[in-house]
Formats: sequence, structure tokens, C-alpha cells
Amino acid sequence: MDYFLTEDQEMLKELCAQIAREKILPMREELDESGEFPWEIVKVLAESDIYGVYIPEEFGGFGGGALEMCIATEELSKICGGISLAFAASALGAYPILLFGSDEQKKTYLPPLAAGEKLAAFALTEANAGSDAGAIETRAELDGDEYVINGTKQWITNGGEADIYSVIVRTKRGTGIRGISALIVEKDTPGFTFGKKENKMGIRASTTRELVFQDCRVPKENLLGREGVGFMVAMRTFDKSRPGVASQAVGIAQGALDEAVKYARHREQFGQPIASFQAIQFMMADMATQIEAARSLVYSAARMVDSGAKDVGKISAMAKLFASDVAMKVTVDAVQILGGYGYMKEYPVEKMMRDAKITQIYEGTNQIQRSIIGSAVIKESAAKEKRGE
Amino acid sequence: MNILVLIKQVPDTTEVRIDRETNTLIREGVPSIINPFDTYAIEEGLRLKESAGGGTVTVMSMGPPQVEGALREALALGVDDAILLSDRAFAGSDTWATSYTLAAGIRKRGDFDVVLCGKQAIDGDTAQVGPGVARLLGIPQVTYVRKLSLDGKRCVAERMMEDGSDVLGVPLPALFTVVKEINEPRLPSLKGKMRAKKAEITVWGVSDLDVDDREIGLDGSPTRVMTIFAPELRKDGAVFEGEVDETVPLLMKELVPILKAEI
Repeated sequence: MDYFLTEDQEMLKELCAQIAREKILPMREELDESGEFPWEIVKVLAESDIYGVYIPEEFGGFGGGALEMCIATEELSKICGGISLAFAASALGAYPILLFGSDEQKKTYLPPLAAGEKLAAFALTEANAGSDAGAIETRAELDGDEYVINGTKQWITNGGEADIYSVIVRTKRGTGIRGISALIVEKDTPGFTFGKKENKMGIRASTTRELVFQDCRVPKENLLGREGVGFMVAMRTFDKSRPGVASQAVGIAQGALDEAVKYARHREQFGQPIASFQAIQFMMADMATQIEAARSLVYSAARMVDSGAKDVGKISAMAKLFASDVAMKVTVDAVQILGGYGYMKEYPVEKMMRDAKITQIYEGTNQIQRSIIGSAVIKESAAKEKRGE
Repeated sequence: MNILVLIKQVPDTTEVRIDRETNTLIREGVPSIINPFDTYAIEEGLRLKESAGGGTVTVMSMGPPQVEGALREALALGVDDAILLSDRAFAGSDTWATSYTLAAGIRKRGDFDVVLCGKQAIDGDTAQVGPGVARLLGIPQVTYVRKLSLDGKRCVAERMMEDGSDVLGVPLPALFTVVKEINEPRLPSLKGKMRAKKAEITVWGVSDLDVDDREIGLDGSPTRVMTIFAPELRKDGAVFEGEVDETVPLLMKELVPILKAEI
């Protein structure tokens, strides 16, 4: 299959595949078990320039965009959808700065992220605000030249490991989404601590943690954009980052299919490899077709994001929705093809099945994706009617 | 500190099969890689340069034009420049002629402190070229090095032995062949790969080197491969248990007739 990648993109893909094969594969089982953060892999990715792929050259990056971010995420996720997040979640945390940061903020924060010297994280979710982002309660009040932050963020990927946090806060009470702003908060800022580390079903090599703010003071220069645009910062960030989650899903699905096909070719029952049975072949055919469709949609979405197109919310949501549903279905079927072996930890497909589930949940549940797509479709139709079409 | 690393491009032996008719390797369709032991030499070269705080790392190889691929791989890892000794006249070289040609290449390049090689190549497994080059250049050599460090104007090398290791202080310039225990080779970087893609590779042929025509290529190679075969597996072994005084005579009684019969 030719995805019409440039020579540089092919090079990136090849390098990420090599890193996954040589460095991630030997560690994935152990880290899935222990839940330890893959610092060793972070170092390898940093030395190979992977952290800079989506960051402009003027800020020390490779000058690529969403497609490069997707290519890297997919290749790493083929081997481990948890370890790949040490890369992908940092991109999610960097996007608000990339999209809304001032020149000064970009110059300060992007180069160390591009070099992989520091990791970023994005903090929106709270105990009572997930899908309903407008309900966030973490407060930031201006006191002289500083914002004073109080509140707790929940389930933050890279929490505690990252140095740079893009935090969505409420700067005005009772004004719904219009009272929301985005702040950059650095690790080790007094008043900023980390709560419990979650014990998760999947993506266990990725750290998910609470961020606790108690009278945490940050300079007002850390505001992204201006006050009141925080909800937009979050939404625009997701528009750009959702192809990334989608590519994580495609990678996990592809990894599971590869394992299933390999197993089916070697596993013999009734005197022949189970791959020769139509029942298995048709499952593999459906899995492969779904993955190909998902990948095509993800690459299209990423290319649209990179084209600078104005409204990418719908296509990004579609890519995330479709690819994550494919990942769930394909990994469940991969476990089925491996049968009893698939259910055991000796084979990687049960882990892939656990890892796949989160892609339907985070960066907006698939129900939220459907409502984004649904309202976009309705708006488009109404606009057509207005134009008299 | 200027470092030269000699590398060889070899077929990926995990994918090589043998033609049972001709007893030669079937190379068609088999991917080529840098000889794995040489990747440790490249890594050690890069580390030595880093610890010396400057200088250059140059990779050199002898072979057909496609060896450029292996040299570019080395460049992607951070090596400064690459030289390929390539000429039809070099074809058919054995380890003797190869050592002679590489030594001539190194002399032409000049200005080096350290030459590094892998302990052997995984296709021929001779481990002769490194020592051959050192002999021809008239410089000290240490083989099977598992640790190498810089100590003023000399290198301290730890040579792996079957029963431990030797630590040797070596005046420079010198040649070292390394074992895989010496380091863990790095992966390439994107910037390195891009640089490697565009890099110019120096190619030297016979006319560029100060060599005697009779010492290069097939004519300069005293080795003649008569036949290649896989030794038959003998299964009928015997174990003699007991005190040495008793077992040795028993062994001799069995062994002597067999040896006599074979002669």
C-alpha cells in the first residue's frame, strides 16, 4: 500500500519502526506489568530527534506537522500503545503552546520539548468535568502580576513525569465556557504537587496522575492567548491532536493483526494451519480492511490539518471515532484468533486489547466525537439551505 | 583525536541460505547490513571522539559500489565522513589482499590516532583483516577489546580472554578490534539520516592508492577455497567415567585403532 509519503516521512517511519523493534519490544511486557514510566525510551526518542517531528524548525523541530506526529505515533504503537504515549501525550501538551503561544512562550517552551529534554502534558479533566469541559472548577485568580491557581486535575497523562503543563482553568466564575482560560505551569512551581498515580486497565507504561494546585502562583505571562479563550484552546488543540490518538489506535490494531496472522499461519489444528480455514481468513480480511480504512481516514485528517484548513473539527473527530472503534474490534478479534493463548499474558494481544479501550474514551469519548460530527453535519446542511442550494 | 573505523558490508546471515549444489551462499534477495561487530566499532569511535572532546570519526570500507549504503548508515549515526575503496581490480580479495588495500587507503587518508574494527565479520568469521592492517601499518594492535579509554596520549584497552581479561596501555596510533560487550550502539537520528542522505562519499580506486598491482584483488590473494562443507555430525560418542588412572587406558584402547584407521 502506497500512502504517498515523502522521502522524509518514509525515513521517519523507518526510524520509528526500528526504535519500536529494537528498544520498545524488549521492554513492553515488563513495563505493562510494573507500570513504570519508560524514561529509557524517552531518551532514545529524544536522541533520534523524534520529539521534534511536529514542531517548526525555528523552534528546534523537524518542521513537520500532524501527519509526521501520526506516523511516529502509529509506528511506536504497533509495538506498544502505552509506551508510545510518552511521545504522543507530550505532543498533546505542546499543541496549546504551538497554537496559541506568544513568540516569547514558543521560544521558551518549544525548543526543550522538540529536543525531548522536557515532556509536556495537557490538563483539562476534573472529577466533575470531563466531556462537559465547561464545568471545570479549578480556579485561577489574578493577584497583581500572578495567577493563583487552586483545584485538582484528574487522569492527566504524563502527570508528574512532564515538566511543562498546559492547564485549563476558570478565571471567571459562573460564566460557563466563556470564563475559561489556559495557563502554562511548570513542574516544581511552589503549590503544584501530584496526587495519586492511577492503576489502569491498559496503557500501563503511561503515567496517569492527579495534579494538585494549592495557592500555586504563576506569572501572568504564562497565560495562553487571552482570558476567556481557554475553551477554544482546548477544542482547537483536540482538533489537531485527535488524528494522533487515531494513529495510536491504528498502530495498536495493526500490531494485533500482525500477531494474529503470524499465529494463524503457524498454529495447526485438524492437521492444517488455522489460517487455511475460511472462518479465520474472513476475520483477518475484515480486520485488515478496517485498519486500511482507518489509516486512510487518519492520514486524510492529518493532511487536512497540515494544509491549514480552517475547520478540521469534524474530520479529526471522525478519524478518532472510526480508528478507535476499529482498534477495539480488531484487538478483540485478534484475541479470538489466538484462542486460549490470546487470553494469556505470554502473547501480546490481550495487552493490545486492554490498550485499545482507552482510545475510545480519552481526548473526548466516542460519544462526544459523534456529537461533534452530528452538529457539524447539521450546520453544513443549514448553511447550504441558507445559500439556497 | 582522529579515528578510523573499518567496516564491512555483509549479507544478513539470519536470512542467508546455502546452495547445496555449489556450497556457496545464496546472496540474491538477501538484505545487506553493516557487519554487526563493526557497529560496536563505530559506536566506540563516536564515544572515543566525544571523550577526547574533538576530532573526527571516519569510516572506511572496501567493496563494490553498493557498500555506499552501509557507509551512509554509519554517517546517519554521526560519523563525520566516509571513504569507499572500490575498483574492479579489488574484486576477489582474500583477507591478505583486503588488509593490504585497506592499509594503503589508511596511509592515503593519513593523520589518524586510532583504528577500530569489529572482532570479525559474520560472513567469513576469519578475524584476520584487523590484525593484518595493523601489521602492514606497523602499529600496535589489541584484539577482542571490551573496554577502551583514553589516558593522556595513550589508550588503555581491556582485552577479553577466556579466563578473564588483560589490561594494556597502548601508545598511539594503534589498532583495536572490539567485541560486542564493549558498548550498546546508538540508533540513528532523523537529522543524522538527512545529513547522510546528502553526504558526499569519497571513492578511491587503484589509481588513487599507492599499491602494487600484484598484491591486490584475486592475484594478490594467496587463499584458495577448495571446498566448503558442513562437517558431519558424529553422534556415536562415548563417556568414560571413573578415576583418571583407569579411564585413560580405556580411552586409549578405543582411540588408537580409530586414529590408525584414519591415517
